[in-house]
Amino acid sequence: MISFENVNKWYGPELQVLNDVTAEVNKGEVVVLCGPSGSGKTTLIRTINRLEPINSGKITVNGQETHAKSANVNRLRREIGFVFQQFNLFPHMSVMDNITLAPRKLKGMSRPEAEEKALKLLARVGLEEKAGAYPSQLSGGQSQRVAIARSLAMDPPIILFDEPTSALDPEMVGEVLAVIKGLAHTGITMMCVTHEMGFARDVADRVWFLDKGVLLEDAKPGEFFSNPKHPRAQRFLADLRH
Amino acid sequence: MWEIIQNNWTLLLVGQYPNGPLGGLVATLLLAMAGLALAFPVAITIAVARISPYRPIRLVAAGIVHVVRGMPFLMVLFWSYFALPVLIGRPLSGFWTLVGALVLYESAYLAEVIRAGIQALPKGQEEAARSLGFGYFRTLFLVILPQALYNSLPALIGQFVSLIKETSLGYVISVNEFTYAAGQLNSQLLVQPVEVFSILAITYFIVCFTLTQSARWLEQRIARSRQGGPGGRAAQTLPNPLATEPMP
Ligand SMILES: Nc1ncnc2c1ncn2[C@@H]1O[C@H](COP(=O)(O)OP(=O)(O)OP(=O)(O)O)[C@@H](O)[C@H]1O
Ligand SMILES: [Mg+2]
Repeated sequence: MISFENVNKWYGPELQVLNDVTAEVNKGEVVVLCGPSGSGKTTLIRTINRLEPINSGKITVNGQETHAKSANVNRLRREIGFVFQQFNLFPHMSVMDNITLAPRKLKGMSRPEAEEKALKLLARVGLEEKAGAYPSQLSGGQSQRVAIARSLAMDPPIILFDEPTSALDPEMVGEVLAVIKGLAHTGITMMCVTHEMGFARDVADRVWFLDKGVLLEDAKPGEFFSNPKHPRAQRFLADLRH
Repeated sequence: MWEIIQNNWTLLLVGQYPNGPLGGLVATLLLAMAGLALAFPVAITIAVARISPYRPIRLVAAGIVHVVRGMPFLMVLFWSYFALPVLIGRPLSGFWTLVGALVLYESAYLAEVIRAGIQALPKGQEEAARSLGFGYFRTLFLVILPQALYNSLPALIGQFVSLIKETSLGYVISVNEFTYAAGQLNSQLLVQPVEVFSILAITYFIVCFTLTQSARWLEQRIARSRQGGPGGRAAQTLPNPLATEPMP
């Protein structure tokens, strides 16, 4: 579904953020991407929908080469939901309009149809009663759940999360993770950058470990947590435990 | 002074209207509003061009802004007076000559206000819209501009105040506006220039001060609404887009 072939990226001449990354995410799979701060996780996940350009290599999403000059980025991005650490809800629109904007304007869906769909999505993230609210009236956890609903409104076959719970107060992490868990293994292909190792253990089909732009591990969670191959991964896990 | 107002308030308010051309304070406000309304779309275009991903477009827009900002308004007014009729191929009334000059001049300043408003938005707003599949212009019109314009509303009012003050220079090309009406009145009364021009000054002050105060009030209201709740935390870390200086 998503494949990386020898992907390289530099910031300036000095800093190589992605170093020859080659990997594959299968359809319907959940991949958790972890690694120390500054290792390039955000950069990697943002190259998938071309929010970040790459310098060499090839990324293919659903058979399409995303960084090809001829690729239609806007069409491609409709197929890829993206959930940000900072939610990035549109503050000048109600929750309802945040969710219905893309289906209405991009898919030509009628307002009643889009709103009906939005209400279903809000029910799925447990926020039906917030349809009329504005983002400034929501808690962080609620904002992130609305952001997830907004991404789902385009029915993307793929959804990407970049540290969806890192900006949240601890008591709100659970509600957001529960929503993401509910999405996993429903057919949607998922990639999630997170430091929540419990989540990775429970939900991930595979865990990728990135360090200094190099993809050091690509393993089943059981294997990764009990028996990490690379010393850097061992150290990373040891650091997380306290 | 009170007597002067009592006897001449229609001249000061609307000029010779309805028996002659509209003038006075009402014409001043109309001039400023027409200038603002017409300058607005031009300013948005320049602002967007200033931050275009294409360098040549950026350079042209920056050129326009810097040239205009480097000129006194009176210069622009003369240019408009002599060049506009040639450009459009027919004579132009004083009213529209002045509006033309205001649009040319104010577009550059308004553009900078709007550009600051756009650049003060968190990058994530654009990214979120683009990630959903919106293109450059739809992102601009659906997500970026509504927020940028709302946030820069106080600065835009400040710019409107400048416009009102600039209309007084219409006097030099005999546009019927407030200052012109006061000039007429002064030549009628002959012996009370201090009183007449005090009325003029006080009225300008009241109008402009009221607008400036309402801008300040709006600014506080917008700042408060930004800090609505924890969901608004991304917006709280913004630099203040209203800190842009209005023009002299
Ligand atoms: N726009 C940029 N320009 C220059 N360097 C950048 C830019 N964005 C990121 N970097 C650098 O690239 C490296 C990788 O950044 P990235 O954000 O991908 O890391 P990360 O793994 O997501 O880290 P974190 O866990 O802190 O979110 C870091 O060293 C960062 O400082
Ligand atoms: Mg990151």
